[in-house]
Amino acid sequence: MERKTEINAEDGKQELRITREFDLPLELLFKAYVEPEIVEQWMGTKVLKLENKQHGGYRFETSDPQGNVVFSANGTIHGFVLNEKITRTFEMENTPFAVQLEFLEFEKLTDETSKLNMQIVFRSPELRDQLMQLPFAMGLNMAHNRLQETVSKLR
Amino acid sequence: MNLRRDVFQAIADPTRRAILVLVAAQSMTAGTIASNFDTSRPTVSKHLQILTECELLKQKQNGREIYYLLNAKKMKEVADFIEPFRKMWDDRFNKLETVMKKYKTKK
Repeated sequence: MERKTEINAEDGKQELRITREFDLPLELLFKAYVEPEIVEQWMGTKVLKLENKQHGGYRFETSDPQGNVVFSANGTIHGFVLNEKITRTFEMENTPFAVQLEFLEFEKLTDETSKLNMQIVFRSPELRDQLMQLPFAMGLNMAHNRLQETVSKLR
Repeated sequence: MNLRRDVFQAIADPTRRAILVLVAAQSMTAGTIASNFDTSRPTVSKHLQILTECELLKQKQNGREIYYLLNAKKMKEVADFIEPFRKMWDDRFNKLETVMKKYKTKK
């Protein structure tokens, strides 16, 4: 499949940019960030609160099948312009990761396509690198676990 | 051994990244590696130990000397460390697109 999501993380900087083009009209793309029940569907998390306005806030929570909370995050909405931009903070609860600042800009390309520009600012370049390595480290960890499983079956 | 923590730490440290770059050019002894840094020899040894433990470096005995060289296979995984992050966002956005296309046809 064609690669549509681009990550731009310059060495030594404490920010990163994520850009993505969508086969969706701008209004539909923006709606995906605004309607709680839609956010729940594509983010795979429960939306406890989502106030789309200046000085508003949001809270997400994900539970495992046993009902234990495995992920929770929250943030404050600093700027909200319909079909244009959202400025917000994002903080994962119960993790060593400091709060980050996110600038989301929504852009119309054609009547049927749109683009999202995300700029995320971290507390330090080190924190940014660590966060970007998380999926890598988790993937490696899973590969390691699978290897261990295989090896222990051989015994 | 906690592999996740170790590899995670290994590439998060700038000195260790510099060591990897050095050794990528050619295999070296601990002494040669240390001479490239202002930090003390024991500190460099500690870095080498961590890199070896998480298999980013391999040791090769050459007479009385021990040379450090890159474990290319492991390094390939590290070089691609942004790719799983990109993939995570790509999957998420693909999902968004699918959800919204369904939403559109429902309307």
